[in-house]
Amino acid sequence: MMMKKYRLDPAKGLEFGLYTLGDHLANPYTGDRISAQKRLQEIIEMAKLAEQAGLDFFSVGESHQEYFATQAHSVVLAAIAQATSKIKIGSSSTIISTSDPVRVYEDFATIDLISDGRCEIICGRASRVGLFELLGYNLRDYEELFEEKFDLLLKINEEEVINWSGEFRAPLKNAKVIPRPKNGYLPIWRAVGGTPASAIKAGYAGVPMFMAHLGGPASVFKRTIDAYREAAREGGHDPSKLPVATAGFFYVAETTQEALKEYYPHINEGMKRTNGRGFPKQLWAQGADTRSIMNVGSPQQIIEKILYQHEMFGHQRYIAQLDFGGVPFDKIRKNIEIIGTEILPAIRKYTAKKEGETE
Amino acid sequence: MKIVGISGSIVGSKTRTAMDVTIKILKEKYPHIDVTLLDLADFQIQFSDGRNYLDYEGDTKYVAQTVMDADALILGTPIFQASIPATLKNIFDLLPEKAFQDKVVSMVVTAGSAKHFLIPEQQLKPILSYMKAQIVQTYVYIEEKDFFRKAIVNDDILFRLERLVEDTVMLTETFAKIREAAYDF
Repeated sequence: MMMKKYRLDPAKGLEFGLYTLGDHLANPYTGDRISAQKRLQEIIEMAKLAEQAGLDFFSVGESHQEYFATQAHSVVLAAIAQATSKIKIGSSSTIISTSDPVRVYEDFATIDLISDGRCEIICGRASRVGLFELLGYNLRDYEELFEEKFDLLLKINEEEVINWSGEFRAPLKNAKVIPRPKNGYLPIWRAVGGTPASAIKAGYAGVPMFMAHLGGPASVFKRTIDAYREAAREGGHDPSKLPVATAGFFYVAETTQEALKEYYPHINEGMKRTNGRGFPKQLWAQGADTRSIMNVGSPQQIIEKILYQHEMFGHQRYIAQLDFGGVPFDKIRKNIEIIGTEILPAIRKYTAKKEGETE
Repeated sequence: MKIVGISGSIVGSKTRTAMDVTIKILKEKYPHIDVTLLDLADFQIQFSDGRNYLDYEGDTKYVAQTVMDADALILGTPIFQASIPATLKNIFDLLPEKAFQDKVVSMVVTAGSAKHFLIPEQQLKPILSYMKAQIVQTYVYIEEKDFFRKAIVNDDILFRLERLVEDTVMLTETFAKIREAAYDF
């Protein structure tokens, strides 16, 4: 399976990464909220720890509303690029709808050069929409803004000299968007919620898909991945060359019960503030089941879950969200440590191709 | 415990009258409960445009947030054109899909005659179920003839309202206790 274009080598097994939405929330156990400055420093520190633990990827999201600190996520990524040397980095996600694709490409190509070819872009449509007003866009153009600008971004990635015209940006005539990334090309993904509807758009366009998931059985998300690959085939693309990545809650503790108990208040309170609704306890409790998509539990339980998902999805990368809702930094550190020492070696051992084994 | 009453129409006075009576019973019987009545006639609420309710401003945000923060809701609604009024439907449309998960919802219905008795059963309950409410199955249906000059003059209605209030509080307390006992997080 050739995925070199996306800097992926499936023969090495499932990639494992971390992502942060850059949320800036109080620790529900203490009610204390660290400063935005401290939170940003901790995010950079988290990326360094992820690299030291041998993880493959680290990404930072863009959100413009209250309770977030990484509005300027590309700036944070530039700092991470400088603070690390091996780990791949990216955005999760960049809201291309309300940005100029030319500027976004300039920023990320620059980060790619600073990081010596480690940068990727994941583009999303935003689940909250305050940024439309903040940045001067009309919410009624929600879908069109994304589709047009995402198309332009992909075009800039493919072509060094651009001729383009559209509805939401001044036309480009023989425009050169520079600098170019280290290898001439950036991996650009489309972020997709759990439903097949937007996965189909990604598949049809032949764009790699990053699928976010909250809770529920993994098998539900399999349908979305199937729909993506089927749409890719219909669009004339070879699905076996298109990477799929998944992203969701992660928390490890000694026992599964302990992990569920410790992380729940962070998720519940955090989601209330950022999304308007807490996380249902029933759904959370079902997270203990191996078949649940939520990677919360003991190290052994998480290994089993991720392998179960990998067998079902055949995906190339999983990224874990373990810092949501004011998780104190010592817990973040502990989680990364356990990933590095216990979870990652097992995942790689069971998902990497053995010598002589073919696709 | 927070209970929010909604008077779901901006027309007329019967639903507001019925809700005032209901809220009075609630406050007298359960003085420890935090009670708010939202009369939609008192607010300028915009139509839902699909955004997360946190992204609205002013009255729209206030009303949506107040509903979301409630442990239980008592919905007061008239029947308009063989259905619920658009003002009330708009409140539902402003909220997330599973907005009423872990909330108890009961209904007080006003109407001109008995002809529309099944409208809440067939039109309001399916919406509440879809939004994951724990529904108090029995609603109080109040007709024109039960009112006189902004008061309810039928003792049977008053007794039924008392029972509705009691059911609402009892179910809310019970479900909270069950959830508490079921999970250790």
